[in-house]
Amino acid sequence: MGVGIEVRGLNAWYGKNQSLHSIDMTMPANHVTAVIGPSGCGKSTFVRCLNRMHETIPEARAEGSVKVGDMDVYGSGSDPVEVRRRIGMVFQKPNPFPTMSIFDNVAAGLKLNGFRNRKQLQELVERSLRLAALWDEVKDHLHKKSGASLSGGQQQRLCIARALAVEPEVLLMDEPASALDPISTSKIEELIFQLKQHYTVVIVTHNMQQAARVAELTGFFLMGSLIEYDKTEKIFTTPADKRTEDYITGRFG
Amino acid sequence: MNAPEPLERLPKPVASLPSLAKVDTGRPARRPIAALEKIRRTRPRSSRIPDETFRSIIFLSAFSVFAIVVLVMWELVDKSRLSLHQFGIHFFFGSDWDPVSGEFGALPFIYGTLVSSFLALLLAVPMSVGVAVFITEMCPQGLRAIISFLVELLAAIPSVIYGLWGIFVLAPLLRDYVEPFLAKTLGWTGFFDGPAYGIGMLAAAMIMAIMVVPIIASITREVLMAVPQNQREAVLALGATRWEMIRMGVLRNARVGIVGGVILGLGRALGETMAVTMVIGNTPQIAKSLFAPGYTMASVLANEFTEATGDLYLSSLVEIGLALFLVTLIVNALARVLVWSITGGTARVSA
Amino acid sequence: MRNSSPPVTPKVSLWRRFANHGATAFATLAAVLVLLPLLAIFAYLLMKGAGSINWAFLTQTPKPPGEVGGGMANAIVGTGLILCVASVIGVPLGIGSGIYLAEYGRNRFGDLIRFTADVLNGVPSIVIGIAAYALIVVRQKHFSAFSGGVALGIMMVPTVARTTEEMLLMVPNVIREAAYGLGIPRWRTTLSITLRTASAGVITGCMLAFARVAGETAPLLFTAFGNQFWNLRLNQPTAALSLQVFTYAISPYEDWHKQAWAGALILILLIVGAVAAVRIVTTRGRLKGA
Repeated sequence: MGVGIEVRGLNAWYGKNQSLHSIDMTMPANHVTAVIGPSGCGKSTFVRCLNRMHETIPEARAEGSVKVGDMDVYGSGSDPVEVRRRIGMVFQKPNPFPTMSIFDNVAAGLKLNGFRNRKQLQELVERSLRLAALWDEVKDHLHKKSGASLSGGQQQRLCIARALAVEPEVLLMDEPASALDPISTSKIEELIFQLKQHYTVVIVTHNMQQAARVAELTGFFLMGSLIEYDKTEKIFTTPADKRTEDYITGRFG
Repeated sequence: MNAPEPLERLPKPVASLPSLAKVDTGRPARRPIAALEKIRRTRPRSSRIPDETFRSIIFLSAFSVFAIVVLVMWELVDKSRLSLHQFGIHFFFGSDWDPVSGEFGALPFIYGTLVSSFLALLLAVPMSVGVAVFITEMCPQGLRAIISFLVELLAAIPSVIYGLWGIFVLAPLLRDYVEPFLAKTLGWTGFFDGPAYGIGMLAAAMIMAIMVVPIIASITREVLMAVPQNQREAVLALGATRWEMIRMGVLRNARVGIVGGVILGLGRALGETMAVTMVIGNTPQIAKSLFAPGYTMASVLANEFTEATGDLYLSSLVEIGLALFLVTLIVNALARVLVWSITGGTARVSA
Repeated sequence: MRNSSPPVTPKVSLWRRFANHGATAFATLAAVLVLLPLLAIFAYLLMKGAGSINWAFLTQTPKPPGEVGGGMANAIVGTGLILCVASVIGVPLGIGSGIYLAEYGRNRFGDLIRFTADVLNGVPSIVIGIAAYALIVVRQKHFSAFSGGVALGIMMVPTVARTTEEMLLMVPNVIREAAYGLGIPRWRTTLSITLRTASAGVITGCMLAFARVAGETAPLLFTAFGNQFWNLRLNQPTAALSLQVFTYAISPYEDWHKQAWAGALILILLIVGAVAAVRIVTTRGRLKGA
């Protein structure tokens, strides 16, 4: 089952520029939370802070409290490698490993964590591919085709399978469908809907309709601050803050 | 789509531009400025002839590159005709090089060239890839430029200076410390016995390794930098340590290019002359021990070419030169193909 | 359905941590080991060479073998002479080829020339020496500075050509079009506009090629051959720094060994000086005009 995420007082900087200002947000387990906002509002930065990917950029840093289940992400004893294993991430542009087969792509995370047993690997790879709704399409080519030989939508589902293989408790998705065509997008959205049974999902999207379609909760970011965070229906029908309303109705962004 | 209007139906263009002199301003016509008149009257000179001439000159320069290579090849083949005829293919398998009696077998040189080059690569490749990984993935931003510059500086040092340093610094070091140590610890393998002269195959391989590192390192750096950032992030996001990220997300993707760089380094090592000549001992023999002196194809050319008496002797030497030419040609072509396939065709592959 | 417990180990294993640190250590060690010879060579050049550079060294010719003293004046001048010949051959051919490749050569023939230039670049320098020997020395029946210059000039061509091509390609097309629009003929545009714009880079390329061949020894072994005495004539064997360093280094005379280090130091200063001069000239030019 997924776990909840609790963010308190999260600040983030790129060098001297502060890109996140004291974010407080609680994302309940097994729900899909969408993060929306105009370009540059900090939504990608926010999500990348959750699994400590933000600090891999030179001169970038983050401070605050992020608790994922019982794991204190920024705690003093916390190991970023461990954090990233337990929080999965899917990126905007599908990035399967081009030199590896489909099977090896999905198994990559497992092998890193010490899994060698062939039979176990095969079971887990199949399970992940089924979860990502890709199994039927690739089951005959697992070892023969490379990860990069699939279509865009399939590649993204492959990346989802790869992320799920290491059994994360939370799945972060940074605009997962923005590089895909409408049919692939709807497949991904269906997938997200099913995934929430097992995982907690946080999805960044610039597409408000997508947020409305898949997420139960939505947070609106603007210029590095969380302006409003509530049930998706409420945000889109009766937003409390004028800025939210302006964004929703397309007055800017 | 409609067909365009036929030409006759289109409004006629202005027949001629109004002449400045004919503008009726009501005032008496003034004399137009002489220069303006001149420009209007001057028809543009055709630039065809100068253009064609220039193009021909330029074309000839480019063609000369081709001509030079053909000339080089021709001279090599022509001057080695005698020994090609005399010895045929056995030239490359004979292990006796005895100018006095007219026996010319090139095997010791081929052996020397191959062993020294491969040993040099064995030493150079881990170091080069290590340096390249250090510079691109581990080094603090500020040091990056300095260290890259220093590594490139290694490539600027002339071969004869490497040789000088090799004779007077490296060889004594090997003779007094390294080779005794190796003989004690690894002597049982058979690769490290015999008297420790300092000069010999090991010294040659080490010097060659140092000379080849900058080439392999700079190509490796280029291909590592060509790996897109999102590949690195994908591996990190799965919960990988930095080394695992480098191994799986960077080196794996750059494999082909790195191999290309290594092959290019091999090409350079095969042709290396001065430094090797100065430290390898110049003895045409095939020996298992790395302490033993040897001889490479390039070295025998450097040492014996001006002393060659007799046409057969000279011809044999030129034949060795021809063989060297062909081998480096193939190796460099292979390397180019590999590196271009990664960097997209424009990266210069020369050191 | 999901397994009851995650199948992967909860903490990053000791082995993985160790491998990570080990890799960092290895890469750092590699960097150190690679830079060590560089420092060592420069240190030794200074230590052993600087002491022997004096006025006598710079102005005298070599003494007979075994005698102490003498200098490398003829070698320094000889190197200059040979390099002049090399530049006269290598630079025009190289720039011309580069212009062809950039402006007229985006076709199959251009690809052939590019390939050929890379081939030429990869030919071992001693093989070039053999070819120059066969082409010139044999026909003239004597060694000469000219043949040495030809050998080195040939070696300069690929570097100059490829650099020139690269630099010319970097000039944006709009500049050429602006010139054509003004009615400037193509040949004029290429020379006065495009080449002038790329001049800093082209000069750098020429200097790099120059620096590279300045240190070459192998091709001179049987072309310029070397000379113990003064020679300023192109059709006679000539001394060169690199040749002299080689000859002295492998000789059995202690004094000659010292002079070899001195000569090597001068050679490396010449090379580094050439590269530095280029940097200074082109940087200043850029700040001033462009």
